[in-house]
Amino acid sequence: MEAKQYIGEGWKHAILIIGAIVVLLPFYMMVSMSLKSQQEIQSISGGLIGAQETQTFPVCVKTGYSEEECTMKPYKYNYWFAFEKAPIPRYLMNGVIVTLSIFIIQVLVALPCAYALAKLRFYGREFVFSMVLFCLLIPVHGIALPLYVMLAQAGLVDTYSALILPWTISVFGIFLMRQFFMTVPDELIDAARMDGMGEYAIVWKVMLPTAIPALLAFAIFSVVAHWNDYFWPRMVITGNRDLFTPPLGIREFRGGIDSDEFGPMMASIVTVTVPLIVAFIIAQKRFIEGITLTGMK
Amino acid sequence: MGTISLKNISKSFGSTQVLNNLNVDIQNGEFLTLVGPSGCGKSTLLRIIAGLEQQTSGDVLIDNKNVNKIRASERDLAMVFQSYALYPHLTVRRNLETPLRLRDYNAFERLPLIGNFSPNKKSKTESINKLVNKTSETLQISELLDRKPGQLSGGQRQRVALGRAMVREPVAFLMDEPLSNLDAALRVHMRSELSELHNSLKTTFVYVTHDQAEALTMSSRMAVMIDGNLLQLDTPQEVYDNPSSLSVAQFVGSPKINIFNGSSDSSGTVNFLNVNLKRKSSENNSDLHIGIRPEHLEITNDKNENTFSGTVAYRENLGSDIYFHVNIEDNSKKIIVRGLPQFTHQITNGSSVNIKRDSNKALLFNQKGMRIHFNNAMV
Repeated sequence: MEAKQYIGEGWKHAILIIGAIVVLLPFYMMVSMSLKSQQEIQSISGGLIGAQETQTFPVCVKTGYSEEECTMKPYKYNYWFAFEKAPIPRYLMNGVIVTLSIFIIQVLVALPCAYALAKLRFYGREFVFSMVLFCLLIPVHGIALPLYVMLAQAGLVDTYSALILPWTISVFGIFLMRQFFMTVPDELIDAARMDGMGEYAIVWKVMLPTAIPALLAFAIFSVVAHWNDYFWPRMVITGNRDLFTPPLGIREFRGGIDSDEFGPMMASIVTVTVPLIVAFIIAQKRFIEGITLTGMK
Repeated sequence: MGTISLKNISKSFGSTQVLNNLNVDIQNGEFLTLVGPSGCGKSTLLRIIAGLEQQTSGDVLIDNKNVNKIRASERDLAMVFQSYALYPHLTVRRNLETPLRLRDYNAFERLPLIGNFSPNKKSKTESINKLVNKTSETLQISELLDRKPGQLSGGQRQRVALGRAMVREPVAFLMDEPLSNLDAALRVHMRSELSELHNSLKTTFVYVTHDQAEALTMSSRMAVMIDGNLLQLDTPQEVYDNPSSLSVAQFVGSPKINIFNGSSDSSGTVNFLNVNLKRKSSENNSDLHIGIRPEHLEITNDKNENTFSGTVAYRENLGSDIYFHVNIEDNSKKIIVRGLPQFTHQITNGSSVNIKRDSNKALLFNQKGMRIHFNNAMV
C-alpha cells in the first residue's frame, strides 16, 4: 500500500475514533466515578481510579454506621454503600421479572399474529395490517394517562401487572416478525402441513426456530426499552419500594442526607447496566451464528 | 392402492380462471407428469390434489374416496417441493422423522420429557427409527443423518426431501418441479434415479414440470396443460408423434417443431412453399398449418420439386447432432433442420442448402390450432 492510501485510511480511522470517544466517554466517566472518592469526583482529579486512599466517609457515619465500619477504600465503599442504601438485588430481580414477562408475552402474541398477517389468506388481512402500522405511530406518552386510569380502575396500580400488562401487545414486534415471515418460503409451510402439523404447531415448531435471528433483534429492542424505562414504572409504582425497577432504584440516590453522593450512585448505575451489556455480548454471538435460511434455498 | 381421480376441477383466483374443468384419472402405480409452460396451472392442480389449495368446483377422489373435505395431512400423500422445504433448524434425521412422529405419536407422546412415560412410545420410536434407517439406506443418505440442511449440497438436499416423502409410505407422491433447482448434469442423473425409484416403489407418482424433456423421459403418461386446459393426456411417445393440437406440438419436442403456413385445395391436396404433400387432408379448401419436426427434415444435395432451399443462418453443434437454423424464401420464420455431423460438417453459416423432408411425417393443424388428420383412404 502506498503512503497516500495510508493517510486516507488514517483520516477515516481518526474520525471513527473521535466518534467512539464521544459515545464511550460517559461510560468511562460512570465507571471512573463509581471507583473514586467524593472529593476526587468533585475536584475532577485522580484519573480513572483515583488514589484509593483509605478514609472515613461522613455520609456513611451520618446514616448510623460506626466510624470503623465506614473506613475503607473508596471503590469498596461506593459499591458496599450502594447495596446497603438500596436493595439493588431486589431491583435487579424486579427488572428481570418485568422485562422477561413482557418479552415472553409479546412473543406469544406477536408470532401468531405475524404468521397470520404474513402467510394466511383471510378477508380483511390488509386492513388489519394497516391498523398495525397505524398503531406504530401512536406515541406511548400520548396514551399513558388513559392507560393509568384504566389500571387504577382495575385496582392494578402498584402491582407487577401494571408494569407488564400495557406492553404485552407489541405492534412493533408484530410488524418486525411479519416482515421476517414474509421471507420464509411458502413451501416450507406447505411441507409442514403435508407432514401433519396444525397452524399453531407451524408457528411454534417451524416459524419460531427459523425466526431466531429476528427474534433476537426484537428481544434487544424490547428488553432494553423496558429495562431502561423510567417513565412508566414511575407512573404506576407509587409507593411500594419492593416493586421498584432498576431505573427507579437509581433515583434513591438523588439527594442524600446532606448532599448528593456520586460514588455510590454511579456504583449502582454500573450494577444496573452490567447485566444488559453481558446479555448482549452473549446474544451478539448468537446473532452472527443465527439459524440462517440457507437450508431452504 | 393409489388411484387419483380429478372430476371437473375448476379453480379461479378472484376473476382469474386458473383451471378449466379438468378431468384426469391417475392409475395405481403410474408415473403421471403434468407438463406445461409456467403459469398453466399445473402446480395449482397438484396443490389441489395435495389438499393445500381448495378447488372452486369439482371433486378429488383418492382410491375412489371423495377427499374434498379432508385435510392435506390426512390424504396420505407425500409431496416433494422445488425448494426442498426441509426444516432448516433440524438435522436430516429429525427432518425424516417429523412426518412419522406427527402421524404415529399421539399428542401426549409428543410432549417433551413427560411424553417418554407413555408405554407405547418406545415401540413406536423403534419402528420410526427402522423406517428412517431403511429409507436413508435406499437413498444413500445414511452418512448425512446428523447434518443440518444448510450443510448439504443441492443434490443431497433433494435426496433428503425425497426421503422425507418416502418414509411415510404414502399412497402417492406429488412432486412439484423437484429437479429444477439442480444443475444440468445432476438433473439428468436424478431423472434416471427417480425412474428407478418409481420402478422399485411401484407407487403412484404425480410429477409437475415445465421441462418437456423430463416429461418425455420419465413418465408413463403425460398430461399437457396450457392456460388451465388439459390439452392431451397420453403416453410420451403418442404425445410426441400424435399431438392433438398445435400448442401441444410446439410445446413438446426440442428444438421446436417447424410450422409452415399452407392450404388445401378442393381435392384435399396440401400445398405449402410450392410443395405438394402426397397425402390428402380430410379438410378441403382451408388454410392450414403444417408441422414438421427438425429430425424429419434433411439437408440434401439434390434439388427437385419436393425440396426447398434456403441459407443457413445459424449452426448449432451439439456434438451428436447439428441443428441448422435456415432462412427460407417465402417463409417468415427460420426453420430448424437436424443434420448428422458426418454428412454436414462442411456446411457453415451462410451456406445455401436444399432441404428435403421424410415422407408421411407432416402434421396438419387448422387455423384454430386443432389437429387435422390425413384422409387415409387416399394414401
